[in-house]
Order: sequence, then structure tokens, then C-alpha cells
Amino acid sequence: MNIVVCMKQVPDTYSERKLRPDSTLDRDAADGVMNELDEYAIEEGLRLAEAHGGEVTILSMGPDRATESIRKALSMGADKAVHLVDDALAGSDALATSAALAAVLGRIGFDIVILGSESTDARMGVMAAMLSERLGVPQMPYASKVEIDGTAISINRQADYGYDRVQGSLPAVISVVEKINEPRYPSFKGIMAAKKKPVETLSLADIGIDPGQVGLASAATEVVSFADRPPRQAGTVVKDDGDGGAKAAEFLAAQKFI
Amino acid sequence: MAEILVLAEHSGESVKKVTTELLTLARRFGEPAVVWTGPGADAGRARLAEYGAAKVYVAAGEEFDDYVAAPKAELLASLVADKSPAAVLVASTAEGREVAARLAVKTGSGLITDAVGLDEGLVAEQSIFGGAIIVQSKVRAGMPIVAVRPNAIAPEPADGPAEAENVSVEVSDAAKTAQVTERVVQERGERPELTEASIVVSGGRGVGSAENFALIEKLADTLGAAVGASRAATDAGWYPHQFQVGQTGKTVSPQLYLAVGISGAIQHRAGMQTSKTIMVINKDPEAPIFELADFGVVGDLFQVVPQLTEEIQKRSGD
Repeated sequence: MNIVVCMKQVPDTYSERKLRPDSTLDRDAADGVMNELDEYAIEEGLRLAEAHGGEVTILSMGPDRATESIRKALSMGADKAVHLVDDALAGSDALATSAALAAVLGRIGFDIVILGSESTDARMGVMAAMLSERLGVPQMPYASKVEIDGTAISINRQADYGYDRVQGSLPAVISVVEKINEPRYPSFKGIMAAKKKPVETLSLADIGIDPGQVGLASAATEVVSFADRPPRQAGTVVKDDGDGGAKAAEFLAAQKFI
Repeated sequence: MAEILVLAEHSGESVKKVTTELLTLARRFGEPAVVWTGPGADAGRARLAEYGAAKVYVAAGEEFDDYVAAPKAELLASLVADKSPAAVLVASTAEGREVAARLAVKTGSGLITDAVGLDEGLVAEQSIFGGAIIVQSKVRAGMPIVAVRPNAIAPEPADGPAEAENVSVEVSDAAKTAQVTERVVQERGERPELTEASIVVSGGRGVGSAENFALIEKLADTLGAAVGASRAATDAGWYPHQFQVGQTGKTVSPQLYLAVGISGAIQHRAGMQTSKTIMVINKDPEAPIFELADFGVVGDLFQVVPQLTEEIQKRSGD
């Protein structure tokens, strides 16, 4: 089975994240890390390959430094990686990103594509749906459990009230939530092995996409302005001297919540 | 005046609050036309009329509920082609965003998600990087598609005819490949939905165990609130994962947010920072969550929460 896991390097949420004057993410201001939900996507890919046989390929679109996270993914146990890197991609919106990823997926082929359900930087949560739409294959979203039987796939889709059972057939696009598994840590052996694993680098020319169709200049959305959120006004903090609950109730009453 | 299409979120006949919020926004930019899928439109129309819906396009087929996202996207794409609306508004929920994503690809239109406001020229406001930065953005290609965060804007009633018009769209086989075969309800109860609730009470690491979440639930029920949990609490298995508030969980924007035993790591703040009023109960005075607090109590939650619950009961009993 040919399993492709899409992985994005994002700024560490624990460092200060900034926008550049042109409103793109300042990727140098913060440390780059693998998007957290993608670790769960990779883990699920590895488990499916272990259970059903096959290969796990990491697909990442991003600048040169994304290789840090690609190596981490390989050290977790993925077999190989494809890195789509091209200066013209900088500032691409979701539509352009999905078009580029779909073009790579069309070229390398797949039985299953797995994504984290959203990234911690853009937080749009649309990539799996866009890839499914572009590739014309079923979408298995917000999976907390994945079962494969031959070419049949069924998942539990996390919902506000519990979960839904969703069925389809391969090839398919899956997005996962963190409930699905516990991602493994790279072992020392894995880290050493990752250094020798193949990473194929592709440019836009390689996948037949016109650089004029992607990037910040051709994005379908534009940032008009941005500003730091004004700090919240300092509130009242009291120490509980046996009447903390009562004081909290007074505040709620004064604010007309009770 | 051009139409603004609003994709209704509803449970049977019951219209979700976010739909009334979308209608309130839509009225500012054009003629609000609701797109209703599945059964329940006859009864649901009354509520839509109260929020100024001019039209209700009804596609009553079962396939809209039976398959993931794609049939709704086909329906919207067909209405977009027919009616040339000025914009499409959806709720920024899991399904709303999926439908919007597919529609964006089908129509080559720009998509803005998680908008917390919409101003002149359909300029959307978003709160990004865990609420640290406020961004104004707009769609410049195709027909604007905007997904609006539930609870971000106050719904305002206005009369509208909510004139029903049946639309029939032949949903393609290609859109019927991911079938929903069963809905498993694990958590029932009378509590409001997390993202729609006006009050949310969340518990974190300080709560200490699954059993102790009963304290949080009791306080929430006294306030008619939804219950949330920090990642520490859901990772520990104390509360079901779907109630997680934060970067990898739900983003909420209630009138009142009570953070109990939650330290306030960025992971959590990202999901609740746009709440209007924030109350904190935590024994650690250095916890970063106090920076967000309109009112905070430094103290043992096992003392403070029961007392607060009792005080609220007393006051509401008056």
C-alpha cells in the first residue's frame, strides 16, 4: 500500500510568532517545528503500513529549512520523502497549496493520503477537503480511528456529540485528530537510518505548475491590515480567604451573568 | 440587490444559533438567502424569518446528511452559478469549513475561515496566532466565501419573508463516496454545544481526576453552561477529547469563560482568548491565565468552586 503523509513545518507555538510587513508569516522569527497534528498523521501512516504492508512517503511543501522536520518524520520510520520547494510558492494560499500538493500526489501516486486536521499556524482546516475535491477521491475527515479491509476504508469521525461511522473505498484522503494514537518518538536507530533515506526535491517546473498561479501575488485572499491585539485590561484578582467563591459570585452578579 | 447565500446549520427543524448570526451579517451586504439541506425547512423557516431571511432555498434530499460535505458543496456551486450571489457565508465549524473548501476549489474563489467580524467591502476580521494578532483580510478572486466563527457576533432579529423555493440538484456519484453510516451519540445531556454556548466552564490539570470533573459539570449546569477541558485534562483521559478547548481542539468565544485549574499555556489560550469576559480560579498566582482574567480567584478550586456553585444556586433561588 502506498501511503503518503502530508507534513508541514510551522513556527513553534511556544515562541513568539510574527507577521512580516507584507503580511506573510515571519518564519525566521520563530523556531520551526513539525506541525503537531502531523505527528499523529505520520504515526497512523506507520501503523497502517505495519498492519497492511506498504511504504510511507512524507510529502512536504515549504522552504529549504523544512528539511529539519522532514528528517524528523523519516526518523520516526517513514520510508522516504518528497519535498516541494520553490521560491515562487512563498505566500501561497490554501487554493494554490492544494493545487500544488494535488499535482505532486498525481505524480507520485497514492492509496491513502493522511493529513493532520489542521496546522497550528494557518488553522484553516481545509486542506484535506481541498485535496479530496481536487483528486476526486473520498474524504475521511477528523478520524479518531481508521480501519482498512482490502480496498474498503471506514473511520470514526469525531463529532460534538460523539462520533460518526464513515465508509468509503481506497484511494482516499484521511485527516486525523490527536485522539487517534500516541505518536512514537524517533529512536536513536531511527535517527541514524533517516540520514540515508531518500528525499526527492521537486520544483514547480517538475510538477507542471506555472509559478504565476501560486505565491503571494496570485493568492485569492489578501491581508488588508494587521495589528497586535491590544492587551486586555488588567482585571481584579483576589486571594481566597474562605470567601473566594462568594466573591466570584458577586462579580458574576455585577456582570449580570446570574 | 445581490443575494448573500447562507448555508444553514440545523438539527432537524431546530436552527442553530450560528445560522442567526450569519443572517445578521448577511443582511448588511445584500439579500440574505438561506440554503437549507435535508428535512425540517417548513418548521425551521419561522426562525429564519425572525432573522431577516429573504429567501430559503430548500434542497430536501437525504443525501446531504448521508455523505461527507461533497453533496452540500455541489448544491452551493449550482446555486452560485444560478443566482450569482455577492458572497457565501458558512459557519466555521468542521463541516462548514469542509463544504467551503470544496466550494472554493469548484468556483476558484478565495476562502476566509474563522472570521470573527465582517465589515464594509466584506473585509473579514480574524484573530490569529492564539489571539495575539488581529488581521483584516478580504477575498480578491472569485466570489467571496467566508466561514464565520460561531458566537463571534451577536445575532439581531429582523423581519424577513423567508420565502421558500425548492431547488433540485442531482448530486453526482462522485460526491457520494464518503458515506455516513451511523451516528454514535456518546455525550447527551442538556448542556449547550461548546462552540455555541454563551457560558463555558473549563477544567484543567488542577481538577486532578475524571471523578472531580463532576465539580466542573455541576458549576456549569448551575450556569446553563457548556463544559470544556484543557488538553492536559483530555490527554489524561479525565474528559472526552471532543470537549478540548485550545490549539488542537475547539476555539470558543463565549460571553463568559471560566477557567478552573488551568495554567493558561498558549495551547489553551489559542482556543479561548477571544471570550468576552474571563474568570479564573487557580491556586498558582503566577499562572499565565491570570493575565487574561477579568476576575480571578487565587485559591484551591475544591474550596472555591463548590462555594461559587452554592452562591449561584442561592442567588438564582431568590
